[in-house]
Amino acid sequence: MVLGRAFEDMCAQMYYRGKMFGFVHLYNGQEAVSTGFIKLLKKEDYVVSTYRDHVHALSKGVPARAVMSELFGKTTGCCRGQGGSMHMFSKEHNLLGGFAFIGEGIPVATGAAFTSKYKREVLKEGDSEDVTLAFFGDGTCNNGQFFECLNLAALWKLPIVFVVENNLWAIGMSHLRATSDPEIWKKGPAFGMPGVHVDGMDVLKVREVAKAAIGRARRGEGPTLVECETYRFRGHSLADPDELRDPAEKAHYAARDPIISLKKYIIEKSLASEAELKVIEKKIDEVVEDAVEFANESPLPPRSQLLENVFADPKGFGIGPDGRYRCEDPKFTEGTAHV
Amino acid sequence: MMVREALNSALDEEMSADPKVLLMGEEVGEYQGAYKISKGLLEKYGPERVLDTPITEAGFTGIGVGAAFYGLKPIVEFMTFNFSMQAIDHIINSAAKTSYMSAGQISVPIVFRGPNGAAAGVGAQHSQCYASWYASCPGLKVLAPYSSEDARGLLKAAIRDPDPVVFLENELLYGESFPVSAEVLDSSFCLPIGKAKIEREGKDVTITAFSKMVGYALKAAEILAKDGISAEIINLRSIRPLDRPAINASVRKTNRLVTVEEGFPQHGVGAEICASIIEDSFGYLDAPVERITGADVPMPYAANLERMALPQVDDIVRAARRACYRSVPMAAAQSY
Repeated sequence: MVLGRAFEDMCAQMYYRGKMFGFVHLYNGQEAVSTGFIKLLKKEDYVVSTYRDHVHALSKGVPARAVMSELFGKTTGCCRGQGGSMHMFSKEHNLLGGFAFIGEGIPVATGAAFTSKYKREVLKEGDSEDVTLAFFGDGTCNNGQFFECLNLAALWKLPIVFVVENNLWAIGMSHLRATSDPEIWKKGPAFGMPGVHVDGMDVLKVREVAKAAIGRARRGEGPTLVECETYRFRGHSLADPDELRDPAEKAHYAARDPIISLKKYIIEKSLASEAELKVIEKKIDEVVEDAVEFANESPLPPRSQLLENVFADPKGFGIGPDGRYRCEDPKFTEGTAHV
Repeated sequence: MMVREALNSALDEEMSADPKVLLMGEEVGEYQGAYKISKGLLEKYGPERVLDTPITEAGFTGIGVGAAFYGLKPIVEFMTFNFSMQAIDHIINSAAKTSYMSAGQISVPIVFRGPNGAAAGVGAQHSQCYASWYASCPGLKVLAPYSSEDARGLLKAAIRDPDPVVFLENELLYGESFPVSAEVLDSSFCLPIGKAKIEREGKDVTITAFSKMVGYALKAAEILAKDGISAEIINLRSIRPLDRPAINASVRKTNRLVTVEEGFPQHGVGAEICASIIEDSFGYLDAPVERITGADVPMPYAANLERMALPQVDDIVRAARRACYRSVPMAAAQSY
C-alpha cells in the first residue's frame, strides 16, 4: 500500500515536471482494495484493470522500474513505451491491462476466466482453477457490458471475481446522480451470484472478503460481485481540477486513509514498532527514487520501434512496390522506409 | 475568438432559438463539459435540456436517435470520438440508414459531436481519427472545422440540418484563437455544408487539409513560399459531402496535389480525394498525387514516437517539393 501511495505521489510530481504526459489517473486512497485482493493471488492468476492501473500493476508484481519507465515513455517500460499510463500489460505477471474505455476490461476478464476453466476441464491441465479479478468503478456498473458479463459468468460458473471500486464519482458525476439503485452489490443476486459490500478503506476487511470470494472461484463455485466502498483522494486524472466534490466529503474519507488506519492497528496490536514501519517507508522511498532514476536514464524508443508489434506476423504490412513483403525490406526494420 | 467560445456560443444560440434542441453527453452539465465546451449551458437551460448521462455510450446514443425520430433535435456529445465506437451501431444503423429505409418518412435531425484525432500523449485508444470511417457511410454528413468561424458556422448548420451530422472537432484546437468578423458573431450566421474554403491562394501546388492539419499546411505554405513555390491551401470543412468541384478547380489551376490528414493511410480521406481527382482531372495532373497521413500504426505513447506517427510541417513541405520537382516518371525509374 505504501509503495502504491509513494509511487502515485511521485507520478504527480513527475507529471508537473513534464516527464509524464497525456492522461494519468492516480489511485491515492484506494490502495486497500488493490492490496487486499491482489496479494492473495498466485502468479498465474489474472488481473484486468482500467486506466487507473498503476497500483494494480505494482501489486501484481510488475517492478516499479518497469512501470515508471512506461509512464516516462521509455523503451525499458513494461510495454516498451507503447502503452502508457492507461495500458499496462504484463504477460509474465498475468496483468491483462489497462483499458481506457470503462467496461471494456470486463468482457476481457470474463474471457480470461473462461480460458482457465477450459484449460482445466477440456484440456485437462492443472487441478485448481486460476482466478481472474476484474477491477472497475462505480460508473461502469451502469454500462451494458457489465451486465452481459455478470450473466455469462454466473451462467457458466466462471472463476472470476468482479471487484467494484466504488469511489462515488465518475469525473464530476456523482454515482447517486447516475444510478437508479446506487447499491451495486445488489446487482449480483439478480444474476445468480453473491453480492457483497465491504468497507474499501480497511485493508483487513477487504482481505477477509477477498479470501472468501477467491476461494469460491477457485473451488469452481462461480463468480462473486464485491462492492468496495472507497474514495480517491486526488481528482479523476491529473488534468481534473476536482472542484465539484464537497471538501467535507473529502475530509471524511481522508480521516479513513487506509495506510494510516493500518499503521494505527499495527502499532496498537504491537505487531511492529514505529521505527520498523519507518524503515519500511524509507525503503519504499528508495525504491521509488531508484525507479525514477532508472526511467530518467533509460533511452527513448528507437525509430525502428515505431513499426514493431503492430502485428504478431509482420507480413501483415503487405507487399511493397518492389514485390517483396515490406517487413523483409531492411529499411523497414531500420525504420527508415516510408509508411 | 477561441474555438471553444465559438462552439459554446453556437450551442447557446441554437438552444435558445429552438426549444427542441437538447444536449446530452458525459460531464456536459455540472462539470461544464469535459473540455468546457458546454460551459454555462446547464445554468441557462436547466437539467431537462442539458443532460448529464451515465457512462453508457450505446445507451444514450440510442436514446438520442430515438428522440430524433420523434421530432426532437438532440446533440450527442462524445467525450472523444474514440468512445463513439461503443455507439457506432446507433450512429450508422439507427441514424444514418433510417431515412432511406423508411423512404423519407422518418428523418433524424441529430448531431454527434466531440473531439477527434490525436491529442498529446494520450495513447493508442484515444487518438484515432474517424473522418474516413464516418465519411464512407451514406446517410451521414461529416464536418471538420478548423477556425472559430468554421466552428460557429458549421455547428449551427449541423444543428439546423435535418439529417444526422457527425461533427469532428479537435482537442488541441479548442484553445486556439482566431480573428472573427462581425458577420460571424451574428446569431443567424451559418456556413453551407459541402463547401470547402480556400485559405490561401496559390498557383504551383494544391494542398488539401482539414481540422488541425490546415494550420500545419498554412505553415508549410510559408516555408514553400521562400523556395518560390506558391501553394494553394484548401480547408475541406466538409468531409462528406466532399467539395469535389473546388478541389478539381484548384488542381486544374495548379496541376499538382498533396492531401494531408492525421488519420491512418489506408482508405483515408486522401485516398478518396486522390481517386476522385484522377476520375475528374487526370489530364491536368503533372505529377502523381501525394498523400501525407498518420503512420500505419496504432498511436504509440512515447512522445518521440508519437511525433513520428503524425504528420509534421516538414512532411508536408517535403511532399509538396516532391510534387513540384518531379515530372511523371517511368515506373522502373521511380525512386522515393
